[in-house]
Amino acid sequence: MSSLIEGIAAPLPFSNLDTDQIMPKQFLRIIDKAGLDRGLLYDLRFDEHGAPRPGFVLNQAAYAGTSVLVAGPNFGCGSSREHAVWGLQQFGIRAVIAPSFGEIFYFNAVNNGLLLVSLPAAEVDALLERVSNAGVSDSQQPGGNRVAIDVMAGQIRAADGWTASFALPERHRRMFAQGQDMVGASLLQLPEVERFEAAHWARHPWMKDVARTVRDRLNAA
Amino acid sequence: MPGMTLYDKLVASHEVARIDDEHILLYVDLHIMNEYTSPQAFSGLAARGRNVLRPGQQMAVVDHIIPTHPVAPALRVIADDASSRQAVNLKRNCDAQHIALFDTTDPLQGIEHVIAPEHGMILPGMVVLCGDSHTTTYGALGALGFGIGTSEVEHILATQTLVYRVARNMRIRVDGALGAGVSAKDLVIYVVHRIGAQGARGHAVEFCGDAIDALSAEGRMTLCNMTVEAGARAALIAPDATTDAYVTAHAPQLHGESLAQARAYWATLRTDANAFFDVEHVFNATDIAPFVTWGTSPDQAMPVTGFVPDPQAEPDQLARLALEKAMDYIGLAPGAPIAGVPIDRVFIGSCTNGRIEDLRVVAGLARGRKVAAGVRAMIVPGSGAVRAQAEAEGLAAVLTEAGFEWRQPGCSMCLAMNDDVLRPGERCASTTNRNFEGRQGRAGRTHLMSPAMAAAAALAGRIVDVREWEQAK
Repeated sequence: MSSLIEGIAAPLPFSNLDTDQIMPKQFLRIIDKAGLDRGLLYDLRFDEHGAPRPGFVLNQAAYAGTSVLVAGPNFGCGSSREHAVWGLQQFGIRAVIAPSFGEIFYFNAVNNGLLLVSLPAAEVDALLERVSNAGVSDSQQPGGNRVAIDVMAGQIRAADGWTASFALPERHRRMFAQGQDMVGASLLQLPEVERFEAAHWARHPWMKDVARTVRDRLNAA
Repeated sequence: MPGMTLYDKLVASHEVARIDDEHILLYVDLHIMNEYTSPQAFSGLAARGRNVLRPGQQMAVVDHIIPTHPVAPALRVIADDASSRQAVNLKRNCDAQHIALFDTTDPLQGIEHVIAPEHGMILPGMVVLCGDSHTTTYGALGALGFGIGTSEVEHILATQTLVYRVARNMRIRVDGALGAGVSAKDLVIYVVHRIGAQGARGHAVEFCGDAIDALSAEGRMTLCNMTVEAGARAALIAPDATTDAYVTAHAPQLHGESLAQARAYWATLRTDANAFFDVEHVFNATDIAPFVTWGTSPDQAMPVTGFVPDPQAEPDQLARLALEKAMDYIGLAPGAPIAGVPIDRVFIGSCTNGRIEDLRVVAGLARGRKVAAGVRAMIVPGSGAVRAQAEAEGLAAVLTEAGFEWRQPGCSMCLAMNDDVLRPGERCASTTNRNFEGRQGRAGRTHLMSPAMAAAAALAGRIVDVREWEQAK
């Protein structure tokens, strides 16, 4: 995967944008991952009749094809639904830049190769200002809302030359760059898992097969 | 050498291998699944021809999408095609892999975080994970629990482990005693309000202090459940006599020698005197009034005696925008008192407050009274067992007599994935855990509060201070 993400960045200057808003409940009644691009930020993008809200940034012509979101702190807090990450990716989002991220959302993103960049709040504010209204207002150059993220170099560059540096945690960098069959990698450690279990169950025999033990008891009752 | 926290001990005792400086392979004693965050994990396994490594340590339940209409369990059907497909799919996956299931028509069906402890699946010292953020509930019994995503569900199914980044340690001590009419729910809303929606992000939070010691096991579940709303990775309370009494009453599989062995182990599950915490908070329980959320994030809360904030008074621009957005959604005027706000709906239930003690409190207030005219009040017990017990204790009769709807168990209007949904503009007094925009229904307005406060709101038709209201009866 290329280590360079270049494209239009849209501002979402809200704190605590939770995964219920990122992917509302009505899009979760699936057993696959299909169709989640439609659900992304649904109530913000569409009104109660399903018509696009013209005032919302992702519905504006200057932000068509957005691939980067710039957001407030604690982006992705709340529900564990990985559908939020799948929906962002299906919509074309490749990176989210924010001061901080909800914990479960963060790991879901890492596991799917969605880039999350944490910057200090002041730098996020500076970037928000640059990508807000850029390309919309006559006074600014069209394309002023474009950013380039060099993942390996750890640098973000805005259209006006503004830059910020970031350090990506090693695991996130590796998962982004190479992808990884996480399950396959851990399956190589099965002998260690089995060694651990033998000792663990010798110490705490009541923990072994606890779900089956309880279900069998309930079935017998 | 510094001592270890309870969290450190739970992590160390489940470390299979170290992966790198930050990550370990963490062993999972019990993995719980639901119908909506597990399907793609099973598909992922099947696509690569992989199997479930330890089926005996998996449990699954249909809870998020199930309708709660008051029909007999055997007659419960899911009319919505897509939701029905999720339930059928879960059963097919569990049958194929020999996984314990609590299916739609099972009289013991209920919310995952209610049924796992009530049948003795959660024991101190275990690691319990689930594709649901409220898995932090299990810290109430001294087990390490937290929510995971679907990729991680797949990883656990195949390996019974998780690639885990070890969290930092936070301790929250709550001194003193909670006042009359103030519950674990008020305490946790207060804590989330004080430290903020990301105040515990990246931390495992251990609760201690007199107010925590005095909580029942179910009250502790309410507290640990909602600690995730402060961003916590986990919540923990060291096992004590209260824990022991709850666990031994619910886990008859522990007896004789195994119980003695377990108790010896539980006695070691406490933070060493010289252990280090990255962050410590101290609160006083006597400062805590019944708490109510006014906004669209669980930390946007205040005592019921308080007033809705004014965004113009907030100097930080991003924070002001958040306040304005919340205020616009919730439809309250800046500076208005929260008490007296009229409500349309009441929801009592969820993994936060759907247990028998919660229903006893509600029934105690409802006895001999009526739900206010124009208010629709639903009670959705946390599980079939809770429902049966409430009926056996006569609570259900009191509640239906008072005009509450007495429904079948499920997650229901906590997240409104089934057909229990707020209509646009409806205002709801809710015992659930999230007041996010649209959570209980598009344009629905949620005020989180305790079961006592929600019951009082149902009877009064508006948000009231249950302490004064009780005196006034």
